[in-house]
Amino acid sequence: MKVNNEAQIKFMSRSANEGFARTAAACFSAQLDPTLEEVNDIKTAVSEAVTNAIVHAYPDSIGPVSLRLRLLEDNVMEIRVRDWGVGIEDITRAREPLYTTGGEERSGMGFVIMDSFMDGVKVLSAPGKGTTVTMLKRISLRLGTGR
Amino acid sequence: MAVTCTGHDRNMTVSISGEVDHHAARKIMEELDRQMEVVLPRHVTVDLGGVSFMDSSGIAVLLRAYKCAGRQGGDVRVVNVPDQAGRVLRTAGLQRLIRFE
Repeated sequence: MKVNNEAQIKFMSRSANEGFARTAAACFSAQLDPTLEEVNDIKTAVSEAVTNAIVHAYPDSIGPVSLRLRLLEDNVMEIRVRDWGVGIEDITRAREPLYTTGGEERSGMGFVIMDSFMDGVKVLSAPGKGTTVTMLKRISLRLGTGR
Repeated sequence: MAVTCTGHDRNMTVSISGEVDHHAARKIMEELDRQMEVVLPRHVTVDLGGVSFMDSSGIAVLLRAYKCAGRQGGDVRVVNVPDQAGRVLRTAGLQRLIRFE
């Protein structure tokens, strides 16, 4: 798919960066003139993916997290969150509702929310190598925007 | 993010405002635990009117309040739920456990 625009940010896996990452994604998505609901969907899904990287990829250390934002043709935004942490042993299980290794602080609903709020979620992971979550969101075309 | 708890006669109102993500949830839970131990509430009202953003961390916060109140034989209701937070909480099916008003 043709890439019309791209931005990439790399940050440390500190929880203070959760807000930074979702706000950056929301700002970049503005080029596609999304509705408030679509922006909120993007912010929520990015928050879930980045929190997973911060909490699970680097449980006892601080490591790099990369957020790549792409605007594709047909008004589609692609968001890729990547880490180089511990990886996921069993992706199918990790994506199940209520499954978490994060204890009482986590709800185990992160992937369910990503699946529900985005139009496609792909997870690639290898134990000891890291995890890549790629999400797609189609932004609706609105009348009067000239697009 | 800010959280304030007010309570008397074993009724407690928890007002949360700002962005409720994993970064903020830890502090909210600590405050919630502390206050619930003091008040031992039977009825907990969580007011989300001031919440500008919530992700699944908010689900864990509400589940904690629900479990804690349940141990005292009490209940939890959530009021003034903004659209975005409501979508997150409903996706998790939380309305089956907690009353939304």
